[in-house]
Order: sequence, then structure tokens, then C-alpha cells
Amino acid sequence: MPSFQLILDITKTHLLAKKKQTIVAALGVTFGIGMYIIMMSFMTGLNTLLDGLILNRTPHIQIFNKIEPSEVQPIDQVYSSANYIRSIKPQNKLDRIHDALPLLTQLKNSEKVEGATPQATARVFYLAGTNKLNGVLNGVEVEEESRLFNLNDYIVEGDVNSIQRNKYNIILGAGVARKLSLKLGDKIQVMSTSGTTFGLTISALFQSGLAEVDDTQSYINLSMAQQILGAGTNYITRIHVKLKDIEQAVPLSQTIETVYDVEALDIKTANAQFETGSDIRNLISYAVSITLLIVAGFGIYNILNMFIYEKMNDIAILKATGFTGNDVMLIFISQALLIGVIGGILGLGLGYGVSLLIDGAPFETEALPTIKTYPINYNLQYYFTGIIFALVSTFLAGFLPARKAQKMDPVEIIRGQ
Amino acid sequence: MKAVLETKGVNKYFREPVKFHVLKDISISLAPNEFVSIMGKSGCGKSTLLYILSTMDTDYEGELWIDGENMKKKTRTELANIRNEKIGFVFQFHYLLPEFSVLKNVMLPALKLGKEGANEIKRNAMEKLDLLGIKDQAHKKASKISGGQKQRVSIARALINHPKIIMGDEPTGNLDSKNSENVFNILRKLSDELGLSLLVVTHDMDFAQKTDRIIEMGDGFILED
Repeated sequence: MPSFQLILDITKTHLLAKKKQTIVAALGVTFGIGMYIIMMSFMTGLNTLLDGLILNRTPHIQIFNKIEPSEVQPIDQVYSSANYIRSIKPQNKLDRIHDALPLLTQLKNSEKVEGATPQATARVFYLAGTNKLNGVLNGVEVEEESRLFNLNDYIVEGDVNSIQRNKYNIILGAGVARKLSLKLGDKIQVMSTSGTTFGLTISALFQSGLAEVDDTQSYINLSMAQQILGAGTNYITRIHVKLKDIEQAVPLSQTIETVYDVEALDIKTANAQFETGSDIRNLISYAVSITLLIVAGFGIYNILNMFIYEKMNDIAILKATGFTGNDVMLIFISQALLIGVIGGILGLGLGYGVSLLIDGAPFETEALPTIKTYPINYNLQYYFTGIIFALVSTFLAGFLPARKAQKMDPVEIIRGQ
Repeated sequence: MKAVLETKGVNKYFREPVKFHVLKDISISLAPNEFVSIMGKSGCGKSTLLYILSTMDTDYEGELWIDGENMKKKTRTELANIRNEKIGFVFQFHYLLPEFSVLKNVMLPALKLGKEGANEIKRNAMEKLDLLGIKDQAHKKASKISGGQKQRVSIARALINHPKIIMGDEPTGNLDSKNSENVFNILRKLSDELGLSLLVVTHDMDFAQKTDRIIEMGDGFILED
């Protein structure tokens, strides 16, 4: 057995002697792997962005009071056959959640829950000059709302925490501001359903990208909302829950519904169409990634195969002068792997470089005012897959012809010339 | 004296495109220090025989003994090691590795054998090149030298591991008479001075006449020994 050094020496001479071919072969690997990384980073980046449009702002579970007829009418409990009352309507219930604060505390203490925020929703009219506009004020705990549901991502102007500092501040929907031609710092009057008016200062504008939301909704301090509603600090109409694991949404919402007298809406039910869209997008990215890898793999295999078949003559000479089949195989595998390593590393660089370029390309969208450039997912997984794929495909591309050469009598190659 | 190379009833068939009996019952032997030429018309199977004798072709029937060992029982790896150590081969077309320097071409079989250090092998290789009168070409690329020079490089390579036998397939085949003469003299000298056995396939009558023994082949048989 010759030292591995001799084999490396032969490998090096071969690769350096045909620089152009070596470079072309390595570039084949580079482009294959680079493209894979670019496409995957970009596609999953976009997917995450699209998923985020829904997932980041939608609570995993929304808890509110249910308004629906009782399943069992009281009279049925006594005379089940004597119920002739027609046209039964649901009992009038308050918007507020019964025992909201203990429920909130319990949710916050639960291990499965990332966080829960209370909201008090008030229907109001926005008044500016002689204009009256229908609207909804969401009283929120703004810090938690930002942390859990990324409220700050939708702020186009001003500071999201301003409503925390001063409860007479309001984060106005961009659509409302446009309709009433209001800007940051302007005053706005809101009139509650009971007729009381409150003067608020616009300290920030938000834009969610959904016109129906932007044209009606605003955010204010929770206690201000309670004040507008004329209610106490336990008046909470909605609780938004974010879970650590989104898969827990369905079972947990069922548990909440059984334990408390509330309606708990999980994200899967609330956004069934989103689930489908997301699944399909994921399917597409898997299909594209597999296609890319297969195409790249065949490209690499072809180029390297040619590279090695051109060396058949050398294989015959090496074998005739006493190099064993294994030596020859090692020589060509190490050549292929060397090309794989160099091309693969360049491919990682190419992938990362182009990802950076895409990351810097401007991308303006109504839906996400804080996003200014195209999204890129810098997941290391794609880089690992890329380099491993480069190594495996170059190894096979070297191994298969080399193994054939290993088993041949040298004379078979000489005669075949 | 015991033969360094001996065959007993070697038969060889080509299977493609139709089964063809190329070598028929070949039994020859080569004594140490003997310079033998094999002659015959094109297609009589002499190159085929030589490839079998050099262990580069394992697809045959019969027995092949080299230096007292039966080749039929050896694995490919063992055969490669025997070629490396005991047989030097000079091809019809010079068959050097074009990307390597002349010196490296000569050194490679010895590096593979690995019995000596790189420096010693280098000195040996230079010695062989000097012996063949092409020392000045040592650092040129193998693809950059003339045909006659390539032939001599290939002889130098055959010599590097001090083999028992040197085999040549038309070693003077495409050389002019002057170079041809040159190569013969070198081979003759090797046989006489280093005690090597030589087995050379040739078309060249003049060349053959000067060897110790001529084996004549025709239609796959040994006609005259």
C-alpha cells in the first residue's frame, strides 16, 4: 500500500494539469449548491413572511363570551314533553367575560402558555370636525401585545408604547386617519355608545394591510377603554392567548371551554383557509428543493463522470505499472471529493452572498409596513444539506466510474482505446 | 536453470462479437537472462499473449507461472503488486502519464512499491534516465517530448523497480531505424549487464534476428520455438 501522500500527489497533479476542466467541474458543484441555498433561503423566507402575516398577529386562542341559545331550556329540565314555547331568543349577556381576571391569571401561569393579554373592546364613533366614523377601540396592554402579537410591526408612524405612557393617547388605524385627514399629534374625539365623548391625541398610526381593520380599528390603553365603556378594571371582553406550541391550540381551547363559561376559538378553526395555503406553500417548497437537488446532482454527476472517463488511459497505465484497483479508486474518489469540497464551499459562499443581495433588495408592502427588503431565511440547515449533498453526489460521481475501473483488467482499457 | 516465466497450455477466447479462439495451447518458457522475441503476422495473437503473460489480462485458461508462482490463483491486487515488483512493461505506444514530468513518470512505480525513500527513488530514476540518454529531459512534461524519447522513458520506467522480466509490445514499432537500433542496444545491454529476462513482441525481422531466441506465432499457435 503506497502512502496516502502518493495518491494525493497524483490527485493534485491531475487536477492542476487540467485547470480549466477542474474549474468547470467545481463550478458545476458551486452553482448547483448555490442555487439550492438561494432558492431555499428565499422561498422559506417568503413563506415565513406570509405565515407571519397571519400567525404573528393572530392569537392562538381567542377567548370571548358566547352569545348563543342555551342548549337545554330550563323548562325541559322539568317537563321535557310540555315545552310549547316558540321563538326562543338567547339570553341577553354582557360582552364582558365572567371572572376574566382569575382566568387570565390561570392562563398566564399555565406551562403551555407563552402569554395572555386582556382586551376591552369599545364601539365608538370617531369625530373630527363634522365627520362621524364608525369605529372600534381596542383597549390593550400594549407591552404584552407587542411582545406576543407584534403590534409594533404594524406601526407606521409614532411609538407603540405611547399609549402606555399617557392613557389619553391613541394608536389610530391608518385608514381612519386618511379618511378623517388626521396626522400624528392631532386631536381626535371619540364618542362612546352611551354618548360620552373623550378627547384623545394621536400618538401613533398603525397599518395592518387589511382595509377593514385599518379603516375602523384603533388601539388605546386598556384602562382608558374601560373608562370609555364606563366599566371597572375587571371589564374584559377578550383574552388573546399565545401558546408555546401552536399544535396545543385545539385541545387547550376545548379544555378552556369546558372549564369556563366562555367561547374559546383556536387559530386552526379561525384560519382554516390559512392552514391550507400554508400547507400548499410548504409542499411547493419541498418539491422545488428536491427538484433542485436532483438537477444539481445530475449536473455534478455528469461533469465529474466525463472528467474521470477522460482519465481512463491513465487508469490503464497506473494499473499496468502496478497500482492496484484500490489505489486507482482512491485516486479518483479523492479527485471527485476535492472538487466537491472546493465547489461546495464556493457554493455556500455563493448562496450566502446572493442571499445577502436579495436581503438588501427593496420590498415594500402595505401589509407589513416595517418590512423594507425581501425576506431571507438564513437557516443553517440549507447550508448543511447543500454541502453534504455536494459531497455525496461528487463521491458517487467519482465512486461509480472508479469502481468500474477498479475491477477492469488494464488490458480491457488498452484494447478499448 | 529454472524458468522465470512459464505457460502451460494457455488458451484464450474472445467472446465478442463471436466466440473466437485466439490462443491455442500456448506453452512457452523464458529462462533467466534470456532475450526472446515473439514474431508473427498481425492478428496472430502475439499481443494478446503478451498481455496474458504480463498479468494484465486474467481472462484465459491454462497456467501461468512467474518466478515460481502460479498466477491463476492470485487476486487482482496481488497481480498488481507482482507487476509492480517483477515485471517492467514497454508498450507499443509509449503510454506515459501526460500530465506528469518525465522524472515523475519513471518514479511512480517505485513510489508505489515504497521500498525506498523519495530521494533515493529520484536518484535511481535519474540514473535510469541517464542510462537511456535522456537525463536532460527529466523535468519536461511527458507530453512535451518526442516519440523516441517517450519510448526510452517508458523503458526507464520499466526498469525502475529492478524487475525480473521486461516485456515489450513493439517497443520499436513506431521508431525510425536509428532510434530503433538505439532501443535494441539498450535492451541488449540490459539483458547482458543486469541479467534481466526480456520478452519482446515485434514485427521487425532485423530486431528479432539479434535476440537469443525467436518464437514464431501464427493463427494462435506457436509455429516455431
